[in-house]
Amino acid sequence: MSAVFDVLNLKKAFSGLAVTNDVSLSMAPGDRVALIGPNGAGKTTFVNLVTGNLRPDSGEVRLNGETVTKIDAIGRVRRGLVRSFQVTRLFQDMTPAEHVALAILQRDGRSGKMFGNFLSMPDVMEEASALLGKLGLRDLMHRKVSEIAYGQQRLLEIAVALALKPKVLLLDEPAAGVPQSDTGRIEQALADLPPDLAVLMIEHDMDLVFRFAKRVIVLAAGTIIFDGSPADVTKDAAVREAYLGSYANASHAA
Amino acid sequence: MTARQNRSIGRDLIGIGAIVVAATIGYLLFPDNLALLTRIIAIGLLVLSLDLVTGYCGVATLGHAALFGSGAYAAGIAAAHYGITDPLLMTFAGILGGALAGLICGVVILRAHGLPQLVLSISLIYLFHEFANKASSWTGGSDGLSGISPDPLFGTFEFDLWGQTAYVFGVVLLLAVFTLLRLLVRSPFGMLCRGIKEDPLRIMAMGASPKVALIKMYVISGAVAGVGGALNAISTQVVGLDSLSFTQSAESLVMLVLGGTGSLFGALTGTIVFMLFEDYVSAANPFHWLTMVGALLIAVVLFAPKGLYGTAAAFIARRREKRT
Repeated sequence: MSAVFDVLNLKKAFSGLAVTNDVSLSMAPGDRVALIGPNGAGKTTFVNLVTGNLRPDSGEVRLNGETVTKIDAIGRVRRGLVRSFQVTRLFQDMTPAEHVALAILQRDGRSGKMFGNFLSMPDVMEEASALLGKLGLRDLMHRKVSEIAYGQQRLLEIAVALALKPKVLLLDEPAAGVPQSDTGRIEQALADLPPDLAVLMIEHDMDLVFRFAKRVIVLAAGTIIFDGSPADVTKDAAVREAYLGSYANASHAA
Repeated sequence: MTARQNRSIGRDLIGIGAIVVAATIGYLLFPDNLALLTRIIAIGLLVLSLDLVTGYCGVATLGHAALFGSGAYAAGIAAAHYGITDPLLMTFAGILGGALAGLICGVVILRAHGLPQLVLSISLIYLFHEFANKASSWTGGSDGLSGISPDPLFGTFEFDLWGQTAYVFGVVLLLAVFTLLRLLVRSPFGMLCRGIKEDPLRIMAMGASPKVALIKMYVISGAVAGVGGALNAISTQVVGLDSLSFTQSAESLVMLVLGGTGSLFGALTGTIVFMLFEDYVSAANPFHWLTMVGALLIAVVLFAPKGLYGTAAAFIARRREKRT
């Protein structure tokens, strides 16, 4: 299948220090890729370069074959590159229904409508409650976000991203900060992501990485040092060295 | 139709009913001072307009009277220089003038955030004020713009000395604006603006542009303030530089905070309480009335930080929750 998302020789330096150094990768629809790497490896910078929040010094980002390097973050979202946030960024005073409805309306170019209310738009309500239902949030859809549990907020973060109908989804530590008892729900939500969606997940939790990803990319000091199957990643000498054994040992224990 | 929708339509009707009742009580209590009540409505429209950008979108501004004054001058100049003396056309001129000022102020103010944004807004109100002062052949400068004599409304109701026509005209304008704004704040656009207030970056990650939405809101806000300005020009038949002043801008922010930001009822409550209190204590104690206004404000900010309406609404909501 042809690539939906390409990164070509991406480079970014902050005051002379190369934080992203010649990174290239390609993803096809349906890919499940995990991006891992020790702290300071440049994962956040890479995400910001890809989403358009930072400008690269050189290199290209392509979506569906279209070069989007010079297109701003908003334009990239509209072309189907959607991200979730590591720390949930939700509107505390709004309900899950409002979040998802706003995303649906924005996707359809209807968020500027000055009359009417999404509650009286049957198509929007139907889609919103179906999506929230799939993630087990339907009973909470009219509660304020500030009143629902953190694990449910993380699920809502995924729901908002999905409502935008992305082609490429960047998940930034989707399970960060969620109590152990609730991670099952999030894993289920990840397993249920649309099959034709290309997903790039940045994650620290190796158990989650091994269960979710079909392919693992390891970033260290701004370069890709490994790109291959989850089975091979722990055997790789360079990876072990980059982590100084910490994750490799952890996965042995698991 | 869902129960939720019925409830919000119910609240709209309650709001409209409350305005009608308040207007009637005002008319019965102060039949000789309708000019004050009409001015309260005009300023109430300014505070509503400020609430749209500050309360709903989180924009910090101390220059919002620029929109109100522009509407007042637009209506006044239309009447005094162009012979457009039909009150409805004058109101329309006020809407255009206010919306244009809103566009200009929005484009400038939205370039910055936080304190720099506040400074830009203050600079703008001084520039508008000075411009009106210097363009005295159009605005009358510091003498004010006079020679505004609106035609009778619909050719029948004269704007007389007792101010009954102006008052009723004002109440009807307020009801129309209030109804439209209730629809606006509940619309997808209103929801988008609330999102921008909480987290503009999140809105961008949804593919929407906060800047475009905020400029639109500024233009709408200008139109609303322009209605207030035009009402002031029509009812007093004079437009002064004070309508474009920093003092007026700051006072309208004080009224908004007093009533409670982010709620249309809060904006109106704050205006009514502030202006009646000001009128009452300035008559009762002409020497210390400003001290009393200051004391009232400190008391409200300390003990009811959500404003008078906001605190009352939160109290009622808590009571209701306890009962269920």
